[in-house]
This record gives sequence, C-alpha cells and structure tokens, in this order.
Amino acid sequence: MRLLGALLPVLAALVMASTAAAADLATLVANLVTGGYSDRDAAITALAASGEARAAPILQALNDGALYVRSADKAVVIAKGSGKQFALTDAITGKDAGTANEDDLERVKINNRLRGTIDAAMGTLTLMNPDPKVRREAAQSLFIRREASSLEALDKAIAAEKDNGIRRAMAQARAAAVLGSDAPSKDKIEAIAIVRDRGDRDAMGVLQAAASSGDAEVKAAATAAADSVRQSLAAWAGAQNVWYGISLGSVLLLAAIGLAITFGTMGVINMAHGEMVMLGAYTTFVVQQVMRSAMPQLFDYSIIVALPLAFLVSGAVGIAIERSIIRFLYKRPLDTLLATWGLSLVLQQAVRSIFGPTNREVASPSWMSGAFKVGQIDVTYGRLWIVIFALIVFASLLLLLRKTPLGLYMRAVTQNRPMAAAMGIRTPRVDALTFGLGSGIAGLAGVALSQIDNVSPNLGQGYIIDSFMVVVFGGVGNLFGTLLGATALGIVNKFLEPYAGAVLGKILVLVFIILFIQRRPRGLFALKGRSVE
Amino acid sequence: MITRFLWNGMSRNVRLFVALVLAIGIALPLLNQLMPRTSALYVPSYILQLIGKYLCYASLALAVDLVWGFCGILSLGHAAFFALGGYCMGMYLMRQIGTRGVYGNPLLPDFMVFLNYKELPWFWHGFSHFWFAGPMIIIVPSLLALALGWFAFRSRVTGVYLSIITQAMTYALQLAFFRNDMGLGGNNGLTDYKDILGFSVQADSTRGALCFASALALAIFLVISAAVVSSRFGKALTAVRDAESRMRFLGYRVEGYKLFVFVLSAAMAGIAGALYVPQVGIINPSEFAPGNSIEAVLWVAVGGRGTLIGPVVGAFIVNWAKTYLTGALPEVWLFALGALFILVTLFLPKGVVGLWEQLKPRKVRPA
Repeated sequence: MRLLGALLPVLAALVMASTAAAADLATLVANLVTGGYSDRDAAITALAASGEARAAPILQALNDGALYVRSADKAVVIAKGSGKQFALTDAITGKDAGTANEDDLERVKINNRLRGTIDAAMGTLTLMNPDPKVRREAAQSLFIRREASSLEALDKAIAAEKDNGIRRAMAQARAAAVLGSDAPSKDKIEAIAIVRDRGDRDAMGVLQAAASSGDAEVKAAATAAADSVRQSLAAWAGAQNVWYGISLGSVLLLAAIGLAITFGTMGVINMAHGEMVMLGAYTTFVVQQVMRSAMPQLFDYSIIVALPLAFLVSGAVGIAIERSIIRFLYKRPLDTLLATWGLSLVLQQAVRSIFGPTNREVASPSWMSGAFKVGQIDVTYGRLWIVIFALIVFASLLLLLRKTPLGLYMRAVTQNRPMAAAMGIRTPRVDALTFGLGSGIAGLAGVALSQIDNVSPNLGQGYIIDSFMVVVFGGVGNLFGTLLGATALGIVNKFLEPYAGAVLGKILVLVFIILFIQRRPRGLFALKGRSVE
Repeated sequence: MITRFLWNGMSRNVRLFVALVLAIGIALPLLNQLMPRTSALYVPSYILQLIGKYLCYASLALAVDLVWGFCGILSLGHAAFFALGGYCMGMYLMRQIGTRGVYGNPLLPDFMVFLNYKELPWFWHGFSHFWFAGPMIIIVPSLLALALGWFAFRSRVTGVYLSIITQAMTYALQLAFFRNDMGLGGNNGLTDYKDILGFSVQADSTRGALCFASALALAIFLVISAAVVSSRFGKALTAVRDAESRMRFLGYRVEGYKLFVFVLSAAMAGIAGALYVPQVGIINPSEFAPGNSIEAVLWVAVGGRGTLIGPVVGAFIVNWAKTYLTGALPEVWLFALGALFILVTLFLPKGVVGLWEQLKPRKVRPA
C-alpha cells in the first residue's frame, strides 16, 4: 500500500504530462513563435521532447528560416517557394494551406543560440529515424554536442536500437553526454573509458573538455585517457602518412616504370616519356567521349576499355619513335636526350592543337569514388585502385621480363648486344619492342593518372623529372630498385610535407637525391659487371 | 704577355668574328642615336633591345658550349646560373627604385611591403651598391657551380647522370624561387626597374649602352674561351671529353679540369643573365625552367658544338626564328622548335658551322 501510495503521485504526474503533450502540439508550436529567445529555446526542447511526428519538419523549417506566421489568422505555416509568392503548409497538421504573398507573412526569427538548440533537438529526434544512416549521423552529432539534455532520448534510442555498430555509436554519444552532465564521478569515469575506446579526434575533444572540469578523480581519469588517445592518434597519423606516401609512391612508380625499361635497360634518355603518359590520359578521354554517346550503360567500365587502347596507342607511338629517330642515335645518348625533348614539344603542341589547351574532364567510374576508414586512416577507393593497379603493372612487367621469350631476348640484348645478335636474336626488332613496351606502360600510367590529375597537354611534363629521379635513385636497370625508390621517395615526401610544406618538401627531396647520387652514382641497386661502363 | 696569349689563342676566323660582334655592338647604338628617325639607316629602339637580348643568349650559348662542346659535360642547368646572375642584377635594380615604388617605402621594395615584411632580409644588404652587386653576379653562380661540380666530378658522376642532376638542381631552384618566403618576389619576380647606375633603364641611350655592354661581354667571352681551348689546358680538356678514363690513367686530375671549366662557364652565364635583366625589365622564377636550359643546349647544337662561333650563330638563328614565329604563327613555333631539335641531332651533328665546313671544298693534298 505504501508503495502504491508513493507511486501514485509519480503516475499522476506522468499521465498529466503525456496528456498535455498529446493534446497540445498546437500550444507547443505557438510557444515556438512567441516570447523572448530564452522562452523559445525552452519551447524547442519541449517540442523535441514531445515525440510528435511533426516536430522534425517544424524544427527543420525553423532552422532553415522557412517557418512563418500568417498575418491574417496567426496560423504557423511552413512556406516554400521563391520570389514573392509562397506555397504554404500548415505546420501543425502538415496539410496544404494555400499560397500567400511575402507581405502577408512574418518570418519566425532565430539566432545562433537557437540554431544550436535546434541542432541538438534534431539529433535526438533523428535518433529514432528508420534510416540507419540518419541514426548514425544523429549519434555522431550528439557525441560532438555532448549535452546532458540528450541523455533521455539516447537511453530510449539505445534500448530500441538493433544495429550493433549504431548502438555503440549511441553509447559513445551517451557517454559524452554523461561527461557533459552533472552525473556522479563513478558514472563519469565509466563514460571516460567508453569515449577513450572510440579513440578519434572527436573523442580527444570530449576528453579534453572533461579534463578541465569536474572533480579531481574525473580530471585525472580524463587526462590519462586523453593522453592515451593522443598517442594512438599520433600513431594513426603516422600510418596515414605512410598510406599517403604509398599512394604517391604508386603514382611515381607508374610514371617511372616505363622509363625504367627505356632508360634503365636500353639506356635511352626518353624525355618524351611524359608525353607517352599524356597520350594515355587523352586516350582515356577519347574512349570516355565515345562511350558516353555510344553506350552510356557501360560508361562505368570505360576505364577498363581505355587500358588496352592506351597501351596500344602509346606503344605504337613509341615504336614509331624508336624506328624513325632513336635507332640512329644509340651511340650518342646525350643526343637522344635532345631529340626526344624536341619530340616532346611536338607531341605537346600536337595534342594542344587537336584537343585545345584547356583541361579535359575525365570522369571517375562509380566504383572508384567514395572512401572508407581503416582504423583512423582515410582510404579513398580511387587511390586504393591506383596502388593496386601499379602493383599489378609492376608484377606483370616482372613476369614478362623473367618468364617470356620476349623478356629473355630483351635481357640478352641489354647484357650483351653483339653476342645476342650472334645467337640469332634480331636486335633491332627487340629494341623496337622494348621501347614500345616502355612507352605502352607509360600509356597505362596515363589512364591511371587521368583519374587524379588534370588531363592537359602539360600533364607529362610534371612527371618527367620525378620519373628520372625515381629511376636514378632506385638504380638504373633494376626494376625492384624502381619500386623501392618510388615508395621511399613517396613516403619521405609525405613525411616532410607537414613540417616543411609541399614545395619545400619537394625541394628537400630533390637536394637529397642530388647528394645521394654523389654518394652512389649508380643508385640504390647498382648493376655490377662490365655492362656498367 | 697576357694580351699576346689571348691574341694567339684566336684563329683568324675567331678574330674576324669578334670584330664583327664588336662592330654590331658599336654600330647599332650609334645608328639609333645619331640617325634621324626618317633615315633608312635608323635603328629602332626595339631592334636594339632585341639584339641586346640575343647577344646575352649568345653568351649563355657560348658558356654551355664551353662545357658541353669542349669538355663533354652536358649541363641541363645553365639557365640556373643565368637566372642567378639575373637575380643579383635584379636585386640591385630593385634597390635603385628607392621611394618611387607604388607604396613609396624608402627601405623595402614593393613586393615586400605587400607581403608584410618588416625589414630587409639579410641577403638583400649590400645590393644597393653596384660595387657589391657587380661581383655578386659572378660569385653567386660560380659558387653554386663550384659546390655542385666539386661533389659531382669528384664522385665521377658523368654523362646522363650529370645531366639529370643539373636538371634537378635548376628545377629545385625554380620551385624555391617560386616561394614567397624566399624574399625574392615569388611568382612575380623582380620588376618595375627605374635606374641602372643612375641612368633610366627606359632611355634609348641606356638601351644602347646595354646593347654595347652585351656585345663587349660576348666578345670578351669569345676571346677568353678561345685562349682557354687553344692552350695546353684546352687540349687536355678536349681529351677529357673524348676519353676520360684514359686521361685519368695517364695521371691527369680530370675533376680539376672539369671543375675549372664548369665554374668559368657558370660565371659567364651569370654575367649574361645580369646583362639580360635590365634589357627585358623583369626576372622571375620561370627563367629557371628546365626547358630553358635545354633550349640553350639546342642553340649550341644548331650552331655547332665544339666550335666558338657556332653557339653564337645558333643562338641568333633560333631566337630570331622564335621571335618571328611566335609573332606570326604562334601554333607553329613549338612544332618548329621540336622539329629543329630532332633534325639537328639526326642530320646536323656538327651544326650550321659544321655544315659550312662540310660543304667547303677540301684542299687536295699533293700526292
């Protein structure tokens, strides 16, 4: 009986509260548009707490400045439209309320503080949204806001949530809210553990805020947790830099690997190598143009169609160059440099005349866009594909050189030309094919680079010096040297960038390579033996 | 004795050629100043400026030829020495503006005021005096060449590798000079000059004097180069070009020979750059572009490497074509330049001067 007696007033209060809420959405909305800012602040929270289905659209409209009071009947309406004429929706019923002129309406004004309250209120409202993505975002926004007022809604949402991941996000948001409330220290310390396990930059912010308030025990726990998060964040930042470095390295590798063939094994200084890359990129552009109009449903696979074509185009141009120019200059390597430089100017100008001097747009297929997270590392699909692609190209080239007859001939001609010729290898044909192969790979690189760089006639120029650096650094005539050189330079570059800035970082890398060549004039992995001289 | 040494260094052709260069350098400014504008012999100022520019290019080409044609060092970084000399001159000219800049700041050049500099960076001190800036024009490029050459030649970095690191050097410098933090005007470089040695840079008489100075510099470079290459030292230099290992085995200190000629060439390029800047009125980081160095190499190749007259002739031919084509047929210019590179390397390994010698009937030795 006594228990019942104790419960009765509570029950009564609950019943009263619920009837009041259910009965009068109209009152809540009316409170929203009258009184001072602080009254309305309370009204927003009350509306959000009411759990009404109409609460979300009304608050959204208020936030967007689309909530009006009609001068004629003081009805609260949501207005949509442009110019002077608005289409109206009754805020309370959600039904169409005709149209009105701007002059007949009075906008409900809000300030930044109210906007903040609305954001928080929307967070609690959207926690119950049927769309899991929206729920996750709501939990995230509540985590950042860490307001005690959202605790109740979070508790309700956690109880109802079925998805484990979202429930965890909500629990973290709840922990942040606990830290922002005046809960007992024990609860707060538990909350700190939850927030610490989240371990990202936002968690860091919450912990730092907790460390500057509350009692000593909480402070100590929060400080310790913040330190541990900071350490793990630093480690993740390092890992992120390594990933960026690998990503840059894969681009360098793609650009340089063709050069590793033509320069590394043939000794031809091909300054037009960058233009082979450019031709590959423009092939991608042309393929996309054709596919866009001819078979739009296959547009997502245009890159895959472009790959063999780019290889063929650049390879064919390469063979033509070798047969018409380079073969006359094998005895004069420095002259090849000049002739191929001239060639690069001609190719650039030819492309400029045909396609125009401006950047051409190459679209990314849908499977290359988007990103995901590994721990705290952001990985975009585009970059991931380029890394994978670079490794595939590298592996296939290695297989080609090691396991096929053509590769055998190439190595034989590189090592000892007269002897290879004496054994019946047609060295001129092998030369042409080798040069074509190197150029074709540059074309493949062009397809990949078209995804991350501007497709313009100057595309190739930006890569030529870097490519030579990679090949020389890695060791001429050694493919693994090129792989290692590209990765190392990529990573070093990305680690220097935060300290020195992008440009200075690049300068430092160049100076480093200049000094490195003095120490080891033949690169990281030098060829040994007679072929050196 | 020195004059005798210099005089004897020159062959008859070179002597005539030096006289021709000097004659142009004297005649053009005089015709510009003395002839009335209506006269057929009147030389308009823009021609004066153009020829002055070509003369500087010719000096740069000669510098490239000295290392490439006579010593086999294909430097793809000579534009860097040229530009460094130019920047030294540019700094001097900037300090001569005084309070006539847009902001009228007596101490800081305009771009520094714009970039919120509080005081002059340390390396700008002294550049208000020509007695300081003048030597710097030679010292700065020479020091860079000395440092790079010292390391590179000692470690026996040769051939293509040397070309690539010199190219990396000029590229790195270009990136560095693009930065506003360098205190050298960043992207825009140094420009809006007013005076040189107290004379207005815009005046025709100053233009004439600069044109003459460029011709004089080229003539001096020709005389010095002729003396160097015809001396015993020059014979050794050519031998290094043709058989470096053999020279080393014979006991010559190859790196010393290379270093000397590399530094000399850099100093020449620096002076050429310094004379170039007041005539074009601007110096900016694009002068460091790797393409510029390669173009200078082309001038040498077109004219004829390993000759003294060739680079000068080549610089004039290519640059005249450039001036003409970029004005009349801008799309054609890069095609023409590219084709020139290819055709000259394929068919004219000795250049235009070589062609003349190829066509000249050989003296038939009596049997």
